[in-house]
Amino acid sequence: MFNGASNFSHDVDAIFLFTLAVSIFFLVLITGLMIYFVIKYNRKRNPKATNVHSNMGLEIAWTIIPTILVLIMFWYGWMGYTDMSEAPEDALTIEVTAQMWKWGFKYENGKTADSLYVPVNKAIKLNLTSLDVNHAFYIPAFRIKKDVYPNQSRMVWFKSDKIGKYDIACAEYCGLNHSYMYNKINVLSEKDFNEWLATGVNTDSLAVKDSTTQVISN
Amino acid sequence: MSEAIAVPKNGKEPSYLDYQGKHKGLLGWILSTDHKRIGILYLVAIISFFLVGMTFGFLMRLELIAPGRTIMDAQTYNSFFTLHGVIMIFLFVIPGIPAVFGNFFLPILIGAKDVAFPRLNLLSWYLYIIGGLLAVTSILMPGGPMDTGWTFYIPYSVRTGTNVSLALFAAFVLGFSSIVTGLNFVTTVHRMRAPGMDWFKMPLSVWSIYSTAWVQVLATPIIGITFLLVIVERAFGVGLFDPALGGDPVLFQHLFWIYSHPAVYIMILPAMGVVSEIIPVFARRTIFGYKFIAMSSIAIALFGSLVWAHHMFTAGMSNTGQFIFSLLTMVVAIPSAIKVFNWTATLYKGSIELSTPMLFVLAFIFQFSIGGLTGVMQGVLSIDIMIHDTSFIVAHFHYVMFGGTGFGLFAALHYWFPKMFGKMYNERVGKVAFWHLFVGFNTLYFPMFIMGWLGMPRRYFDYLPEFQIYHLISTIGSWILIAGVLIMITNLIKALVSGKKFTEKNPWGGETLEWQIETPPIHENFYEIPTVHETPYQYKQNESETLKTPEVK
Repeated sequence: MFNGASNFSHDVDAIFLFTLAVSIFFLVLITGLMIYFVIKYNRKRNPKATNVHSNMGLEIAWTIIPTILVLIMFWYGWMGYTDMSEAPEDALTIEVTAQMWKWGFKYENGKTADSLYVPVNKAIKLNLTSLDVNHAFYIPAFRIKKDVYPNQSRMVWFKSDKIGKYDIACAEYCGLNHSYMYNKINVLSEKDFNEWLATGVNTDSLAVKDSTTQVISN
Repeated sequence: MSEAIAVPKNGKEPSYLDYQGKHKGLLGWILSTDHKRIGILYLVAIISFFLVGMTFGFLMRLELIAPGRTIMDAQTYNSFFTLHGVIMIFLFVIPGIPAVFGNFFLPILIGAKDVAFPRLNLLSWYLYIIGGLLAVTSILMPGGPMDTGWTFYIPYSVRTGTNVSLALFAAFVLGFSSIVTGLNFVTTVHRMRAPGMDWFKMPLSVWSIYSTAWVQVLATPIIGITFLLVIVERAFGVGLFDPALGGDPVLFQHLFWIYSHPAVYIMILPAMGVVSEIIPVFARRTIFGYKFIAMSSIAIALFGSLVWAHHMFTAGMSNTGQFIFSLLTMVVAIPSAIKVFNWTATLYKGSIELSTPMLFVLAFIFQFSIGGLTGVMQGVLSIDIMIHDTSFIVAHFHYVMFGGTGFGLFAALHYWFPKMFGKMYNERVGKVAFWHLFVGFNTLYFPMFIMGWLGMPRRYFDYLPEFQIYHLISTIGSWILIAGVLIMITNLIKALVSGKKFTEKNPWGGETLEWQIETPPIHENFYEIPTVHETPYQYKQNESETLKTPEVK
């Protein structure tokens, strides 16, 4: 669940856990108070109510404190996002095309592949475009997602630090077989990757044939 | 809150249900310009569409009980989630509370005989029905029901062969119904308030319906025009949004959400009004922070209109855009938080009775809090990148739209039912229905948060095996939920057809104007227009008569 495999997963999980903790705190506070009041000031126990109109101090407190908290959340989310929005200069660039209902990948040396192969611990930049309708490129284990449009190009980048196979999904509804538009990203050691890249065009020799879905998220 | 308004001068007049106007029988209903009758017409139509939408939802959940094909193919599933969304949003949640309870009670709550434009009011109902029939027609016509999702994203919606154009036109007509209702309510609140009813003496549900009405008037035309443009694009191949024709699909998304995000507040604000109305009555004390609740409605309507692009954080906007829309999204959480805190504080030192409407309201606060807090999570940019277009989002908006607005509507229905129909439902069965709804709702939608975070995309006909346990729990939840809906509706219908009349004016001990008039109300609500002296919810704790707990069996 909190076992991502890219340079972003740690940060995203940390912010998620922080906002989750704040949310649980407020939910427990509100629900707890509600239940406590309902029991304590139940009509049988407390037949006579007391009017309490307002309390400026409280109103200010519960305006200011949540404002500060959401601004903190906002700031960390923004920082996390700026990291995602610009790829390092030395990134390996791969062209990705989406179409109903499959993904295609093309490398700088002209090699094309049906699945994505990348070296571990290296920045990878994907240029995304669609041949028909909107899609979205989504690797849950890497915490990344980007919409893919026809006639336009979008960019997403990451650096994976764990060798393995991860799911690629389409996250923007694209018609009949939207839910079958899964693919795999294979994170290889640098040596394996270079070997793979050097072997002939359009091969899937290293693709592991098993269909188990590993590490979509753990 | 007002001087003796219940004393008839020339004896008791017949109720609006018995009132004999120009027309008799069914015509007396479908040609009536009485805001109360129109409210009932809306109620019947809206509940019917809700049941249709619910059936689609039930079938979708059944399909998802196990991976692979279970009861339908992918094309059918894609149509079902589209129809479920379109029906629930355009025909149930958006008109929902304002059209039914706004129509019925807004004039009464401000001490008026009717809305400002009664004929326009009837027209809005006809537009709603025409829109609804067009939507139903689009399902049945050759070509097949639309399969685009309720968001109609281009280019898919331009290219699919299904009946998208007719459905879009249906939504266009429904939009007019919404605009006309909004216009009517804004005018009514400005011009028709009883003598003495200043702005800050209005009940809080009037404030929220008033805020909603402005959003309806200002935002709905944008979606109307946008849908027309899509129809033009589909019919004549004009390149507006489709990149193959030189258009921009992201432009469509902006135009769509410029309406559809404020529409979220059209859906939730009236339910918030219902909550503000019901809590003080069952806590038997004044509302905490009246002005803060009233002003937060306006703030929500205002800021809520400026955050639309947070639906598009993965679309590749400029970083400036991402920054501004994320920041504003965080800000819009504050007025909602203020409301929740004030509602909770209203329970403090109350004398609380857990009748059915109050149970729905407390569930609203709990579920809306979950919906709101997860909404804040989505406003955080880097988190949204992960959970956008996953079932986390589906869970979030159902917690707001159903756990919030839906439960708010059920609360309103149980709260005002005796006043509207002069009949009383079985309180014990009402509570049984409530607990089914509450347990079923949370069982159905909570697992979606977990699987969304784990990477389960939305609008998926099939899914990876590791998600099955969550889908299974969710589907079981849907059965409990539907059982609750059926128990609730049966309970209310049984009360309606029973011969037992209920004429108590003020069964819950409320202090707003609708509880001072006859049950059910007479044709023009009041024998004499009341004069208002005080702010609402002034429970006089020292006067024994206002403390008397009415026995409702």
